Amino acid sequence: MFMFKPFEEMHEKDYQAVGFKSGLEIHQQLFTDKKLFCRCPAGRYSDDYDAEILRHMRPTLSELGEYDGTALMEFKTRKEIIYQINRETVCTYEMDDTPPFELNEQALDNALAIAMLYNCVLVDELHIARKQYLDGSIPTGFQRTTIVGVDGAIPYKDRMIHIIQLGLEEDACREVSDAGHRRVYITDRLGMPLIETVTAPEMKTPQEVAEVAQMLRRLVRSTGRVRTGIGAARQDVNVSVTGGTRIEIKGVSRIPLIPLLTYNEAMRQWNLLRLRDELNKRGITAETCKGHHENVNKLLRKTRFYPISQAIAGGMDVHGVVLQGFRGLLRWQTQTDTYFAREISDRVRVIACLTTLPNIVHSDSPGETLASSEWLNLRKILNATEDDTLVLVWGPPADAEMGAREIIIRAREATIGIPSETRQALEDGTNGFERILPGPDRMYPDTDLPPKRITVDRIERIRATLPQPVWEREAWYQSLALPQDTIKPLACSPYATIFARAVKEWGVAPGLAAVILTHYPKRLHKKSFETQQLTPDFMAALLQAIASGKLYKEGVLLAMEKWLLDQEMMWESWQTPLPAEDLENALKDAMKLLSTVSSTEIAARWRWLMGHMMDLYAGRTDASQLAARVKKMV
Amino acid sequence: MSTQEAYKGYRGEALAALQNFNTPIWSDVKITTLKGNYAGIVLPRSETADPLHVVIKLRSGYNIGIRAETITAIEILGRKEAHYKIPEKEFPYEPRKPRVKLLGTGGTIASRLDYRTGAVIPAFSPGELYGSVPELADICNLETEKLYGVFSENMGPEQWIGTAQAIGREIEKGVQGIVIGHGTDTMHHTAAILSFMVQNPPVPIVMVGSQRSSDRPSSDAALNLMHSVKTAAESNIAEVMVCMFGPTSDVYGLLHRGTRVRKMHSSYRSTFRTIGDIPLAMVSREKITPLRQDYRRRRNDRHVVINTAFEEKVSIVYYYPNMKPDIIDALIDHGYRGIIIAGTGLGHVNKPLYPALKRAQEKNIAVYMTVQTLWGYVQMYVYDTGRDMMELGVVPMANMLPEVAYVKLGWALGQSKDLAEVKKIMYTPINGEITEREPSNGYLIFQGGIPEVEEFISQIKK
Repeated sequence: MFMFKPFEEMHEKDYQAVGFKSGLEIHQQLFTDKKLFCRCPAGRYSDDYDAEILRHMRPTLSELGEYDGTALMEFKTRKEIIYQINRETVCTYEMDDTPPFELNEQALDNALAIAMLYNCVLVDELHIARKQYLDGSIPTGFQRTTIVGVDGAIPYKDRMIHIIQLGLEEDACREVSDAGHRRVYITDRLGMPLIETVTAPEMKTPQEVAEVAQMLRRLVRSTGRVRTGIGAARQDVNVSVTGGTRIEIKGVSRIPLIPLLTYNEAMRQWNLLRLRDELNKRGITAETCKGHHENVNKLLRKTRFYPISQAIAGGMDVHGVVLQGFRGLLRWQTQTDTYFAREISDRVRVIACLTTLPNIVHSDSPGETLASSEWLNLRKILNATEDDTLVLVWGPPADAEMGAREIIIRAREATIGIPSETRQALEDGTNGFERILPGPDRMYPDTDLPPKRITVDRIERIRATLPQPVWEREAWYQSLALPQDTIKPLACSPYATIFARAVKEWGVAPGLAAVILTHYPKRLHKKSFETQQLTPDFMAALLQAIASGKLYKEGVLLAMEKWLLDQEMMWESWQTPLPAEDLENALKDAMKLLSTVSSTEIAARWRWLMGHMMDLYAGRTDASQLAARVKKMV
Repeated sequence: MSTQEAYKGYRGEALAALQNFNTPIWSDVKITTLKGNYAGIVLPRSETADPLHVVIKLRSGYNIGIRAETITAIEILGRKEAHYKIPEKEFPYEPRKPRVKLLGTGGTIASRLDYRTGAVIPAFSPGELYGSVPELADICNLETEKLYGVFSENMGPEQWIGTAQAIGREIEKGVQGIVIGHGTDTMHHTAAILSFMVQNPPVPIVMVGSQRSSDRPSSDAALNLMHSVKTAAESNIAEVMVCMFGPTSDVYGLLHRGTRVRKMHSSYRSTFRTIGDIPLAMVSREKITPLRQDYRRRRNDRHVVINTAFEEKVSIVYYYPNMKPDIIDALIDHGYRGIIIAGTGLGHVNKPLYPALKRAQEKNIAVYMTVQTLWGYVQMYVYDTGRDMMELGVVPMANMLPEVAYVKLGWALGQSKDLAEVKKIMYTPINGEITEREPSNGYLIFQGGIPEVEEFISQIKK
């Protein structure tokens, strides 16, 4: 039987051995002026808010007449949801007090363009659906979403990665806090248009998942139709191993986190399958799995274990749960430094709303919790044998009881294998339970909006604006022998089309153009310039000036800097070459100043003179010719 | 199955394609087109949608439309028909709990998807209600009766009379409270006429609806139902009331007197407001908090006066500048017997209308003046024009809301042809439709943007 090795020691064949499979769902905000279903301004985020509203969510039926499993679970948790509202960025639509306005056409164009880049089959007629989210992340209780394209593919290594579908949907709220029965969201991001790209589970190692995520990100960025910055793109990663289940890890904000996260999830599934085998070996199956629970307040009234003594003093209940035959198994490793007890604690936290940790203690890890005499008494009262594991859970009476029941449910699930869940990505590369994986039953047609036909004219209009795919651009750049560190950034840059014209039409040296279009904006950004003001039109004019000899390459950066400081300035007026006569005069003046330089060393004097001249006239004269001239004079 | 059923909603090109491949709706299919392939279930199509596309539900649960003319083959794998049904559970009976009757007239308080139109249609039975709002069983023993299944804009005298009679029957049977499920658009019209047709009831009569249909997770339907059923079962207020959200948050409902309430926003949850006065009470899942004491108290008897007289030939005329007398003349010529004018300001119309008003007076038509400002009283003595109009037989209707005056005039004319008698009925308040005084907090529309208002909102947060 394969045993998981530390992350660094895992090789491709190891992942092959466990049948690692992974797919991506990438959420990427689109660049639009307004939100998707209302006319609020897009992309304005703030933690400030003016008002709050309170809502509850109830499950409803799907279109085919079934309740969704997640929906019912969320309802069990009975959360009060608070929405923080800023009147500048949120209107009565996001509050669910006004029906939707028509779909944002700009967002639809952007989504269609990206679907074309994926080689998707475009949908002829859009149907807006409501995808239920009872966690409260959207005040309506559902996300308005629609499929724009299906069945696409992009090249990766020597194969194709298939795109199952591309959806266009509204973004959800950001969670502010979640404690007990109260969850708080801020609504600034709510309603922003985003696309969801769903790939087939065709990535075979954690590294491949990250690489494909990077490639997709660069592809969509190359269109200039998406937003960048914190929170503008988020990944959900699906992972399964042989014999396991498709598990969705939600909300991975940074791609470099993906390898460790997917490794840990694969390990978790593999270890849970081994745990199931161990349980079965002990004769515990879904049918024979037994557990019971009881209020044990009386027994623990005098305990010195702080969380429980505090709970009892605060009028809470403590329940003792017996998991028959589970001895030692709550210490079964699931992920790196993580054990099966965490699976149970997570469930209790989410379903029973017992959010203060620790929320359970158990007899498989008795140290520093209850006194051993207390564990002995508990075993006696609860009729537990040496082979059983005891778990204690505490909280407000209804929650403690719900928690106790949930512990037994999760233990029974261990005898079957891996429950279908969505899990949240954690900073340390492990993941925690979020909710039961929702199925297609949570989809419902949006009765507020009619279907929308996508006309051939529209498709043709958008197709004409499509950039060349990034992989084709990269191949061309390689053949031009561009500096390696410019190739990938340039391929997905909004300046990529300018680069092509500069090289093909205006005859600018490819390497120079690539450096100007990728490195220079980055350098200026580091100097705190607002480089988004470097419009494609300006960059084009800059490269044309170089091509026509109006601007020397040494002056390019300075020209960009001056433009950023003052865009009103007529930059053509100073970037013309310095007449030879003026240059001679300037040199004479400089020679006078050179007498003040104390060093007599020739190299130092030359450096000073050259630096002085470049400060004054960089970009207006050819630097190499000037250098030769200065050398002579010194 | 008829062709119409088998290809529900499809026509033209799309119908031809489905028939060509012998593929009725609900078929689980693989569709091959010139552009690509799709797998899913063929859904019925909305009748108002175009004749060009076939709708399928993909495996992911999403629906898409496929251009019918591109379909080259359909392979049928099976069939999966939707049975949209709220899980029905028998409503539990507990002898000690009060008996509440829920009368259904329509609206989205309980609703389901209609494939024909793609819109939502109402659904309703105690079992379904218990299946979706089990909390109701903690409050009462609930019985339901579906009187009508209409959107509220289709409610009219026939339904008002039928509802009033049904209320009378239930009171006679001894129920402790009555809830009426109703679409929200004209709920205030129905609340007003029921206030007149059902006089001095011994138990609460609570009208309720929802602003977000109950097929949505964030619907206000469940909480409105709980609030209204609690009011019917437990409150001491024996009047016709409207029970809808107070704020937009899921916090409490308001009980509005049926003659002073109005829908004030096309979509907000907190759309119903008491106009020119304050509401009767607040209601939450925990308690009912009266805001005033002058309400009619619950009694143990089963006495009630049901008076369903109604004259349909009554109209509301909403005055606007440059209105021509032909509007009034047309009503006269079509045999109308009563006209409610919603006048400007204190109750005015322009001079060119005078001859028509004089004609109405000569034809023995009852003409009453209300204000389109909604808040405030008609006062026709302040300006000469008002006095002129009273000379022409226009009767000022104090602070009665235009819609309330409309249904009351129909009710009064149903009882008498004698305009003096009608006037007496109009001026005798049955239940608050005219109030003697307007309290200073009867008119509160906070203006956003003002610093103290913003501060209040940021503190109240609802």
